[in-house]
Amino acid sequence: MALAGNPNTGKTSLFNRLTGASARVGNYAGVTVEREEGEWRLPGGPVQVVDIPGTYSLAARSSEEQVAVRAIFGLDGEPRPLVVVLVLDATQLVRNLYLAMQVVEAGIPAVFALNLMDVARAQQITPDLEVIRSRFGVPVVPVSARTGEGMRELAAAVDALLPDAAGSAIQAAQQAAAPSGWHYPAVVEAAIAELAPMVNAARPQEARALALWALLSVDAGDELMDVPPAVRARVLALRAAAQAAGTDMDDAIIRSRYAFLDAVPLVRTIPQAGKSLTDRIDAWVLHPLFGMVIFLGTMGVLFQSLFAWSDPAIGAIEAVFGWGGDLARGALPAGVLTDLLVEGLIGGVGSVVVFLPQILLLFFLLGILEDSGYMSRVAFLVDRLMKALGLHGRAFVPMLSGYACAVPAIMATRTLESRRDRLLTMMVVPLMSCSARLPVYTLVIAALFPSSMRGILMVGMYVFSTGMALLAAGVLGRTLLKGRRMPLLLELPPYRLPRLATVLQQMWLRARAFLTEAGTVITACTVVLWFLLSFPRDTVPGQDFDALRQQAWDQVDSVIPDERLAEIDALEQADRLQQSYAGRLGRAIEPVIAPLGFDWKIGVGLIGAFAAREVFVSTMGLVYGIGGDITEDSPSLREKLASERHPDGSPVYTPLTGVSLMVFFALSAQCMSTVAAVRRESRSWAWAGFLFVYMTVLAWSASLIVYQGGRVLGY
Amino acid sequence: MSLTLDLLPLSRPATIHSIGGERSFRRRLLELGFLPGVPVKIVGVAPMGDPLDVEIRGCRFSMRRAEAQAVVLSEAAAA
Repeated sequence: MALAGNPNTGKTSLFNRLTGASARVGNYAGVTVEREEGEWRLPGGPVQVVDIPGTYSLAARSSEEQVAVRAIFGLDGEPRPLVVVLVLDATQLVRNLYLAMQVVEAGIPAVFALNLMDVARAQQITPDLEVIRSRFGVPVVPVSARTGEGMRELAAAVDALLPDAAGSAIQAAQQAAAPSGWHYPAVVEAAIAELAPMVNAARPQEARALALWALLSVDAGDELMDVPPAVRARVLALRAAAQAAGTDMDDAIIRSRYAFLDAVPLVRTIPQAGKSLTDRIDAWVLHPLFGMVIFLGTMGVLFQSLFAWSDPAIGAIEAVFGWGGDLARGALPAGVLTDLLVEGLIGGVGSVVVFLPQILLLFFLLGILEDSGYMSRVAFLVDRLMKALGLHGRAFVPMLSGYACAVPAIMATRTLESRRDRLLTMMVVPLMSCSARLPVYTLVIAALFPSSMRGILMVGMYVFSTGMALLAAGVLGRTLLKGRRMPLLLELPPYRLPRLATVLQQMWLRARAFLTEAGTVITACTVVLWFLLSFPRDTVPGQDFDALRQQAWDQVDSVIPDERLAEIDALEQADRLQQSYAGRLGRAIEPVIAPLGFDWKIGVGLIGAFAAREVFVSTMGLVYGIGGDITEDSPSLREKLASERHPDGSPVYTPLTGVSLMVFFALSAQCMSTVAAVRRESRSWAWAGFLFVYMTVLAWSASLIVYQGGRVLGY
Repeated sequence: MSLTLDLLPLSRPATIHSIGGERSFRRRLLELGFLPGVPVKIVGVAPMGDPLDVEIRGCRFSMRRAEAQAVVLSEAAAA
């Protein structure tokens, strides 16, 4: 069974009510459109429910819009639905029926679920069920996904249409005989007659409907999939011929449909005195001054919740995984396998789960913004600003979320309609200065700059990253992701109270998809990084550490041995790291990063930071033999950085190196989780790879300019 | 010169005469019920002057000025 309808009809709420915990989220083949599926228990047995993305019509221009027609007609490997339930907004019946009649005219068994009946009643709108039933020849059930009204009747209506073992033939015959009391002008009918035999359809009525679909959808510049070239050529010829004779096909088809819909009043409405609640709210929310205040307040709460409120949960998750690692280490014999388990696997899973608080929070808030109708207002308010960047008004929330963390922000791009807008936003969001860059900035600034300059440098880094993100949006939007800009045509739906169960279900579906899909990539990367940083194991130590330990024991009177032993341990770790694959890699890339002012030790830190940017701090601690359990506030690491010298005695870390390093961190894709999230959302390794390459090149070039330019200027 | 939707003063009711513009956007407008003879009204404007908040058939849409230019209005009803 398929669930179809316009956007903002409460279709998702109905899906939630029918399927509950059984819902799963997947993808339609070949496109980045989500496919939600679940099981509905009907009296006659369970049935699979597919939620088709909300649309105003089956006609399509892109392969993404084509998903609806594919899923309803069961084309291109999509399972063919036995029944289509059309979710119609009872307060917007005519426009909703425009979509519904395209399903009915194909002879596909359908049920109309008139949703939002509670709202319609409050507005004194009374749909005439008998008239609708007789004009469309389809069962009509008034429901309310919010209150649960009409669910049993809906189940009965769908059950009656589902073929049982013996009755399937009768069903099909009945449906085919359904009245289709509308007609198209002769020129359209002639075109249908010519095209119908060319399309691949199970029944004559469906061939007719598909011919109509092709007439409306196929265009010289469309991006549709799997339209046979013969059909395409014929459609274009027929359209051109009609045009020459003075008839526009689109006009003719759409106007005759609306003529049928408008011919007989389908609802009785008692006009309401005064302004509606939505209008009264919008008087404030869309007000030039108060509207902006409300907007900034809402975005402030959203940002604050991502940036700060999720912190305790993140801390708790880190503590639990740290504790689990210690526990495993204590219980298992020391060795490579234990290290793999603790540092690779437990650490890897931990670094995935640690994103959950932000993802859950963001999707919870997004769900509320979306379901209440406020998200459309956000897009309305900031569209002018975003248009200048070549982006859609809806891209604002993902961009803002990027300051907290790119991973949930990239997942939030799914609120954008077109693939081009989604990709552009995904390519730009990782340039926003996320919270993981903060420890690196803090360490570098505190170690190398006087306190009077620290505040301004920090602000400068945020301004710099925002500017670069906007610049990148401008450049990518005009070059690689040029494409057709989607015109903004966005419904401003009436305000509605969000339904908690729906918001929670949607939030959980997203989070689970992240855990399973991006999670595996992140865990695998963690294991690889662990391997690089800890192998090979059989290196020749640079010093005889056991002798040093013995020495420490011998001098037990003069120094407290515990401290001295920890020091020796750290030195031994540093020695191992320097000889590890990561250490060798650091040396190998030194010629590449030397022009940026970085030595090979920073190179090792950069490799370690790929796990997550803040790991740079602890990796540097390891490299310098201070130990890995340090933070950016650690004075010993700061002193170490400030006092580190090249072999010739000049300092490794000058203020210029510091700026160069921060610029590198601001621009580089030093975060495997971001890359994994882009790969999951774009369904393509190519875009994930492009993101990594372009950001790395950008970072390298910018640091080069900063460092070499700075040297020329005498810093 | 016929009046187009982007030039319609706020809150003044008008009637659609025809829809122009690029085909796929035009088709979308038609499919949403932006048909000749249907009343239309601008009920709001975003803070920076764009986009417009357009009411049609009891439903509201946000539309950019550049695109509202495609909606041609009947002179008689606009007056």
